[in-house]
Amino acid sequence: MLLEIKNLQAGIEGIKILKGLNLKVEKGEVHAIMGPNGSGKSTLAKVIAGHPGYEVFEGEILYEGKNLLEMEPDERAREGIFMAFQYPIEIPGVSNSQFLRIAYNEKMKHLGLEELDPIEFNDLLKEKAKLVEMGSDFLKRSVNEGFSGGEKKRNEILQMAVLEPKLAILDETDSGLDIDALRIVANGVNSLRSKENAIILVTHYQRLLNYIEPDYVHVLADGRIVKSGNKELALKLEEKGYDWIKEAA
Amino acid sequence: MTKALEILANREYKYGFVTQIETETIPKGLNEETIKLISKKKDEPEWMLEFRLKAYRQWLKMKEPRWGNFEYPKIDFQDITYYAAPKKKPKKNSLEEVDPELLRTFEKLGIPLSEQKMLANVAVDAVFDSVSVATTFKEKLKKIGVIFMPISEAIREYPDLVREYLGSVVPINDNFYAALNSAVFSDGSFVYVPKGVRCPMELSTYFRINTQESGQFERTLIIAEEGAYVAYNEGCTAPQFDTNQLHAAVVELIALDNAEIKYSTVQNWYAGDENGVGGIYNFVTKRGACRGKNSKISWTQVETGSAITWKYPSVILQGDNSIGEFYSVALTNNKQVADTGTKMIHIGKNTRSTIVSKGIAAGYSNNSYRGLVKILPKAENARNYTQCDSMLIGDKCRANTFPYIEVMNNTAKVEHEATTSRISEEQLFYLQQRGIKQEDAVSLIINGFCKEVFRELPMEYAVEAQKLLGLKLEGSVG
Repeated sequence: MLLEIKNLQAGIEGIKILKGLNLKVEKGEVHAIMGPNGSGKSTLAKVIAGHPGYEVFEGEILYEGKNLLEMEPDERAREGIFMAFQYPIEIPGVSNSQFLRIAYNEKMKHLGLEELDPIEFNDLLKEKAKLVEMGSDFLKRSVNEGFSGGEKKRNEILQMAVLEPKLAILDETDSGLDIDALRIVANGVNSLRSKENAIILVTHYQRLLNYIEPDYVHVLADGRIVKSGNKELALKLEEKGYDWIKEAA
Repeated sequence: MTKALEILANREYKYGFVTQIETETIPKGLNEETIKLISKKKDEPEWMLEFRLKAYRQWLKMKEPRWGNFEYPKIDFQDITYYAAPKKKPKKNSLEEVDPELLRTFEKLGIPLSEQKMLANVAVDAVFDSVSVATTFKEKLKKIGVIFMPISEAIREYPDLVREYLGSVVPINDNFYAALNSAVFSDGSFVYVPKGVRCPMELSTYFRINTQESGQFERTLIIAEEGAYVAYNEGCTAPQFDTNQLHAAVVELIALDNAEIKYSTVQNWYAGDENGVGGIYNFVTKRGACRGKNSKISWTQVETGSAITWKYPSVILQGDNSIGEFYSVALTNNKQVADTGTKMIHIGKNTRSTIVSKGIAAGYSNNSYRGLVKILPKAENARNYTQCDSMLIGDKCRANTFPYIEVMNNTAKVEHEATTSRISEEQLFYLQQRGIKQEDAVSLIINGFCKEVFRELPMEYAVEAQKLLGLKLEGSVG
């Protein structure tokens, strides 16, 4: 089991948002977490990644059998957990390539593998950048500074491509994307999909799932998963909205 | 956040050791006899002694300035030793004559002086307490006419040059500490680059305070003749003592027509402990004069040490079309104080100046930028651009900006931009989510913040500066 979440109760500033969530994710699977605004989708993503602003009141998260909640966010990342941010952060004065090389080498060091020097790394980076159709000028610019919304999201997927996570959580990666950018992002994600990794797609809309096909769809409402199914469930949601599920639950 | 700050704050000062060496010191205290004794020890000509005595008499009439944005206990000037030097041979013609303990000290500081190990393209003058102990590449430079030697030797060997320029940019009565320095200065570097010569290597002085009760009063004089170019770097460290030591230097730069001087400092004097006990009082007067047309003087400083840093490297833009630049990073932590900035005095036509200041305050520190841009009536079309950015780490520190702008010619264009920011939790989380440890994430953000200044530093210094700010980056490529 790659990820096992048991009875997770978590929130922010003392307010409980997740109220007993259970989820199991195996390698090779793609799970979509859908739900109305305020249902706790982003909270789930941030709790898994270890955002310091979020508090866990009860429950546990096992990652490869280990207690994830005891690990610092950077440890979780080095162990293979990646979160694509809904709102990627700007780091002025730090170039994208410098940032990515440091992150990459941290992971290599952690795995006991050889670190890359800037020249070797640039070759790797250029190759990965093709996946999301990013030119080399992007790599020289400061991290996310002056990037458009679509560029920021593509940059997130580039980071995912470089870091090759075992578990990638995409937090509303489709929000604010036009159709071309969505296609590029989805192509990038699809090419990174493998038997060795798992992806959790957090999204409000079914649209993304036309491009990235999930194995499972879960509907989150009021801090719990109220319904799980396959991609047909997503289509049904698109058609009927979230209300029927809430009523059914 | 807190953890990373603790790590940054409690980083050990690795230069805090004391060299066990026999030192010759003169009794504490300051009077005309002290000055005569210093002058005699240095075997100085009469005019030099006169210069010192004149400065001393001026100093007696002056008051310690108290306008800085900080407080510090009254300094007892009679409780300081004004001359301390390693015992041994007074003259050193070659490195074999330098005490091996001193060579070891500098090597430990990362400044190898021996022929086999010395830095390939940097000439170094090593100053230990009150005297210069070794200067590398002196002979090689002499062949192309570049003079690089301790100022005490220059006073004897090139008296005319020294006499013409010493005190011409910073007059002996300029301010309290400049007057004190003029009276008691011990050693420092002298650089002369003749007409049309581009100095082929970087010149560098490394200042080391070793004795607990001595002050360091170094004096640096750099002259670039017409069309000359020189890049000069200085580094500073001191042992960890629980008393404060005074460091009152004076640096004067003179650039004639079409000449350029690039002056870089990485200052890492001992800063005191986390409670503010001990550390250096770094009260320094640095000023350059762009005397000639199209001349250029550029100051770059990275100030990370000292209990109190109080300095304003300035440029007097006298020659038409001359350029003055000031790039500064000042990092303060614990109870450190920095009150630093620059003065750009525009006198000539079409003179231009650029000021980029990055202040980073952590712990309980107090970090101020103070700068003056003055456009005099005859400075037609003068331009200034000033950018002052402050970054606060934690909520117990302070950052201030005190810009003074005086414009007396309405063709002038003066721009001032200022920002204050904090390292946000979101930035740290973002970097940590990519596997970067928290303290490295802090360093990376700070490094990005200082980028515009670091790129002005020579390569080795940029690397050193990044390390100083707690960075673990392998090189600045990217």
